[in-house]
Amino acid sequence: MGYVTASATDHKQPRAGIAFILKKALISAFVALVLFSLMIGIRTEAGPTGQLIYWTRFGELATLVAIVFVGSIAIELVRQWLGPAGASQLVPAPVQNGLAAAGRYVAPALLIFTLLVPVIFYRQRYILDLGILVLTYVMLGWGLNVVVGLAGLLDLGYVAFYAVGAYSYALFATTFGLSFWICLPIAGILASLWGVMLGFPVLRLRGDYLAIVTLAFGEIIRLVIVNWQSLTGGPNGISSIPRPTLFGIPLTPGPNGLAAKLGIAFDPTHRLVFLFYVILAMALLTNWVTIRLRRLPIGRAWEALREDEVACRALGINTTTTKLTAFATGALFGGFAGAFFATRQGFISPESFTFQESALVLAIVVLGGMGSQLGVALAALAMIGGFELFRGLEQYRMLVFGIAMVLLMIWRPRGLIGHRAPTVYLKQAQAISSDLVKEGHG
Amino acid sequence: MSDDHCILSVDRLSMRFGGIVAVNELSFEAGRKKITALIGPNGAGKTTVFNCITGFYKPTGGTMRLASDGGPIALERLNDFRISKQAKVARTFQNIRLFPGMTVLENLMVAQHNTLMRASGLTFLGLLGVPSWRTAEKSAIEHATFWLNRIGLYDRADDAAGNLPYGDQRRLEIARAMCTEPVLLCLDEPAAGLNARESAALSELLLSIRAEQGTSILLIEHDMSVVMEISDHVVVMDYGVKIAEGAPHDVRDDPRVIAAYLGADEEEAIAVMESDR
Repeated sequence: MGYVTASATDHKQPRAGIAFILKKALISAFVALVLFSLMIGIRTEAGPTGQLIYWTRFGELATLVAIVFVGSIAIELVRQWLGPAGASQLVPAPVQNGLAAAGRYVAPALLIFTLLVPVIFYRQRYILDLGILVLTYVMLGWGLNVVVGLAGLLDLGYVAFYAVGAYSYALFATTFGLSFWICLPIAGILASLWGVMLGFPVLRLRGDYLAIVTLAFGEIIRLVIVNWQSLTGGPNGISSIPRPTLFGIPLTPGPNGLAAKLGIAFDPTHRLVFLFYVILAMALLTNWVTIRLRRLPIGRAWEALREDEVACRALGINTTTTKLTAFATGALFGGFAGAFFATRQGFISPESFTFQESALVLAIVVLGGMGSQLGVALAALAMIGGFELFRGLEQYRMLVFGIAMVLLMIWRPRGLIGHRAPTVYLKQAQAISSDLVKEGHG
Repeated sequence: MSDDHCILSVDRLSMRFGGIVAVNELSFEAGRKKITALIGPNGAGKTTVFNCITGFYKPTGGTMRLASDGGPIALERLNDFRISKQAKVARTFQNIRLFPGMTVLENLMVAQHNTLMRASGLTFLGLLGVPSWRTAEKSAIEHATFWLNRIGLYDRADDAAGNLPYGDQRRLEIARAMCTEPVLLCLDEPAAGLNARESAALSELLLSIRAEQGTSILLIEHDMSVVMEISDHVVVMDYGVKIAEGAPHDVRDDPRVIAAYLGADEEEAIAVMESDR
């Protein structure tokens, strides 16, 4: 509440805030003193005979409290310099307009660049591998975006569908010897069946409750995989999963391989490039279908559901099937991505499908801006690629990454691309400000 | 009234919430192509009646029969979205419920969901972009444009609904309900928060809907000028029961109605009225 009062007083007397700043800094310093006096001020240790030894470190305590005091003043001065507190003030309007204008060229530029990645980085396996990973998460993010971004249903167990897709492909391929391209639709359909199965019990749940049940669902799937040893191999996972083929031609060094048929020298990078384009095509298909669906009645019903469920019912929209189709569609793409993951790795185990994966994909959707296709792609690039970028920082990697995420959320609380593009227009499509767009009730 | 004249007949409708009787054995009829007003002091149970008719509550007793083209429909047996989809009863809300993050046009497109769903072949044909879907979408946009012109919001079609001024939001909600092509339109306090000029425009819109679309209207309203001006029939409720009904002018002079609104005893109200004369 302190911020609210601050901005209210700022309006009346923008310069005369010294007393206020000092008061605030003193309060912060006092809180720091109370907190740190036991944590830093007194150090305890077990002595050689087991007795308690303690000594005081008032010097360090004083330093920390002083840092908090000065830091609080500095933060308040910066805040006053930027104007009244508020997200809209932090980013000036011209910058936002500029970003919107640049945004029109970002998507095509990004697509062209992505298409050229295997050409530019042909000799750098690491980049290609990273590209495949990023694209997998782009696809997962786009899939989850249907459920969370469009329909406004908070799903914390998305990894379950990823797992169902991966295990479906792995089992069908290793047991029946079916090819990747036959198993891909099967994996998607099975995952979306699980999506409907999850959807039914949670239809009446909203918000936090929905999140908890989906979280539990994700864990149930993982635990079933761990414990159903006879089918899934339990914690040992499934190995020697067949690699994808190009219309039945394997990408192997042998005489039947693609390289031999084309009459060129075999290179293991060929398969990497092939995988890159496979996941790119799958991700683009996800994107295309989602964009199409948004302009169809079902997509509008999803968004209307996010905006106001009661009004949807009053307009004769069957909210049950609308929610179920959202879950099923999201799960379908998750299943496709899972099948791809299995064929790329050649080995899967329950360890790949922990809650951390769900959280990562959800973070991508939220950071990208719920409902925005480009935002999700950029967020996946930043999250997965950025995480690799900070590798040089070693143990500080998580810290830097966390700070970056916090700053981004302060700067753009509704994600990188928070505004919403209308699905139909009479004269001119205008972006809708994120202030108006609802986040859904869960 | 026979089915020819009566669109909705409510018979001994009761709604209890635990020990509280919100609506007690209420019976009334709404005329076809007529505007019926449901009035009464705050807490009389008007909105509860609305929620029963539009399927948001399941009544604890009584029947509600809607005379539709395909024969009578028992509304108490339908629930939720089916009231709007099958019985063609549309409603608006006391506190406006638009889709604020969607454009004005999108709001009207969502209202045509069921028609468009069929036209898009349950999404599959629409995904392929077959020509029949494209024509269906075009005619849906035309239908929406028609209503945008009716409520005078054509120029704001591409603005977010949440950005419209209050009065425009009220009118848009009515247009959105009309886009479902209802036989009965239920309006919950459509004039609440409107100024005198906007109220007059609203009355005009409702009269034109009745005249041109032939839609029967049932409305809850506190603004007596609107009720007196446009309604054909008025039903007065207090404490969950009907205390009077009739033509607007008869109801206005009914001592029981005045007593209910003034919160006085019946004799006192009569005394007040007589001293007036």
